[in-house]
Amino acid sequence: MESWRRSLPVFGAFAGPTTLWLLIFFLIPLGIIWTYSFGENVSLTEIETTWTTSNYARIFEPEIITLFWRTVKLAGIATVICLLIGYPVALVIATADQKWKPWLLLVIILPFWTNLLIRTYALLNILGARGRVNESLRWVWEQFDALFNTLGIDGAMLIGERFQPIGFLGTEMGVVIGLVYVHLPFAVLPIYSALERMDRSYLEASMDLGAGQFRTFFLILVPLTSAGLVTAAIITFIPALGSFLTPDLLGRGQVDMIANVIERQFKRANDWPFGSALSLFLLYITFIVLAIRAVIDMQAAKGRRA
Amino acid sequence: MINTPKNRAISRRTALRGIAGAGAVGLTFNMTKAFAASHTGTVNFYNWDTYIGETTLDDFTAATGIEVQYDLFADNDELFAKLKNGNPGYDLIVPTNDYVEQMVEAKMLTELDHSKIPNMANLDPDFLDPAFDPGRKYSLPYMWGSIGIGYRKSAVSKEPDSWADLYTSDEYAGRMAMLGNGQTVLQMALKLMGKSLNDWSDENVAAAEAMLIAQKSRITAFAPDNGQDLLLAGEVDLAMEWNGDILQVMDEDDDIGYVIPKEGGLLWEDTLCVPVGAPNPEGAHALINYLLDAEVGRDLAEFIYYGTPNAAAKALTSEEYRENPAIFPPAEAVALSETSVYPGQEIVQMIDAAWTRVKAAG
Repeated sequence: MESWRRSLPVFGAFAGPTTLWLLIFFLIPLGIIWTYSFGENVSLTEIETTWTTSNYARIFEPEIITLFWRTVKLAGIATVICLLIGYPVALVIATADQKWKPWLLLVIILPFWTNLLIRTYALLNILGARGRVNESLRWVWEQFDALFNTLGIDGAMLIGERFQPIGFLGTEMGVVIGLVYVHLPFAVLPIYSALERMDRSYLEASMDLGAGQFRTFFLILVPLTSAGLVTAAIITFIPALGSFLTPDLLGRGQVDMIANVIERQFKRANDWPFGSALSLFLLYITFIVLAIRAVIDMQAAKGRRA
Repeated sequence: MINTPKNRAISRRTALRGIAGAGAVGLTFNMTKAFAASHTGTVNFYNWDTYIGETTLDDFTAATGIEVQYDLFADNDELFAKLKNGNPGYDLIVPTNDYVEQMVEAKMLTELDHSKIPNMANLDPDFLDPAFDPGRKYSLPYMWGSIGIGYRKSAVSKEPDSWADLYTSDEYAGRMAMLGNGQTVLQMALKLMGKSLNDWSDENVAAAEAMLIAQKSRITAFAPDNGQDLLLAGEVDLAMEWNGDILQVMDEDDDIGYVIPKEGGLLWEDTLCVPVGAPNPEGAHALINYLLDAEVGRDLAEFIYYGTPNAAAKALTSEEYRENPAIFPPAEAVALSETSVYPGQEIVQMIDAAWTRVKAAG
């Protein structure tokens, strides 16, 4: 096989634009934010890099820790739910008839064709106190109410005096629903690809040797696709950590996550150094997650050798 | 032509907020055009959305031959952030009073040449020497308004004429919305405590913060700026809001009212300013003068439905506009209300920290 070392011009032609792009639009801005995070506001418009660590020290104030914890918790719950829903969905697609597969995959990625803002407003419309879900529940409630009335039973004990809509918006549950909705496709695709790559004969062997469906699933299928599961978890968890729009709209200002605090630092509070420190802290959490993954991979590799 | 209120689909403080919140690009979609066209004969006007008459700018071009390049921002923070690292080419901007102070401190505004704005004579004398800009060196008033409580008349036991109905009472638990701006929300708590809304002493901030943390679970939403929509949709019955936003839904629903509580509310004024580095300050002055004309001012005020500080224009407006108590609140309410003073960067950050603690509370 041709080594890239022997055809540097070709390699450069392919890698150059990407490298330049990364440098100009990612690494340099990140470097600027990194220097800001060690800076101080010297006037309304100027930041001086004094290498102070006070911006990082402020992260350990209780309210910021609380918000970071809430962020990790909500992103974590959303990730687990995404995996629980995503795995069966991926399994259905992977085992579907060849002619259906492209269509099923299309259905999964279809939401990406619509802007996130519009999808989130759609969720507002569905989850609101007068939204589709609650209006449907209200209809069911009215049917029961009418039924009890005709039967002459006092239904108030069972179903309440009047219909109480479920308050999704402005609660952690509403934000988690939003996060799951947004990130589910990210979870399905890596699991699907792991299932596709897997050698099906292991499953047949397991069943032939007497393991039931249940044991085959948990002892053979899940371990064999664990790499896909870990990728799915990471690719769901990391963007969920940085969610801004979902808590902003579905949380109604009641369930702020850390990105909402970061936004305020760059606008209302006009405190770019603190905002930069918060952004980078989020990045460090991401690195930790990736490091955990690397450790898992290494152990898996060791396990195979052993 | 006087538009019917129905035409005012959405008010300027609301329109782009959701998109801006998303950090989406494209708000200043025609910026490249703005840069390209910044030669003499064009004014780059940076304004709130739906905050100009239907034909105002075309009429100005017809009258003076000066083209207007029109761009929109969603809130003062966006305006400030956009100019923070240097003026990208705007000639005329519309900051709110406390941001005028902040921008003057940041040396972002140029002094106006009053001799080029003879229509200043049309302004109500009450607006000519405000505390935030003594002598009107940097800013001229465009529109003004208040923050109070919008409410659903059929759902309240009595007119919610005290901030206590929103800040301490549990009568409307789960049916109340507050603004999403921490500074404003804390300021109304200060009013309820009988303090000045500009008195940011540590004790005051701590007390206001404690009040909000205690009330938080009863609040449906800290609305990024759609309290009026929640009110209209019936999701809340009380909403702390800008008067213009409530006026907009009052048109659609007779059951909605607006009141400035008896402790007083907040008065704000949006102003016309020329930022430092404006490529065409001459044109900006000409446009300011045009906007302060009596007839232009009348058409403008009747279209966007905010309070005009232009006495000559107001005299020409319809009674329906002039006598509307939600636009021009009763004199007692105005007397009890205050304008927000820019408290300085340190206090702004202290307020934000208090607001973050409110947000973090469970």
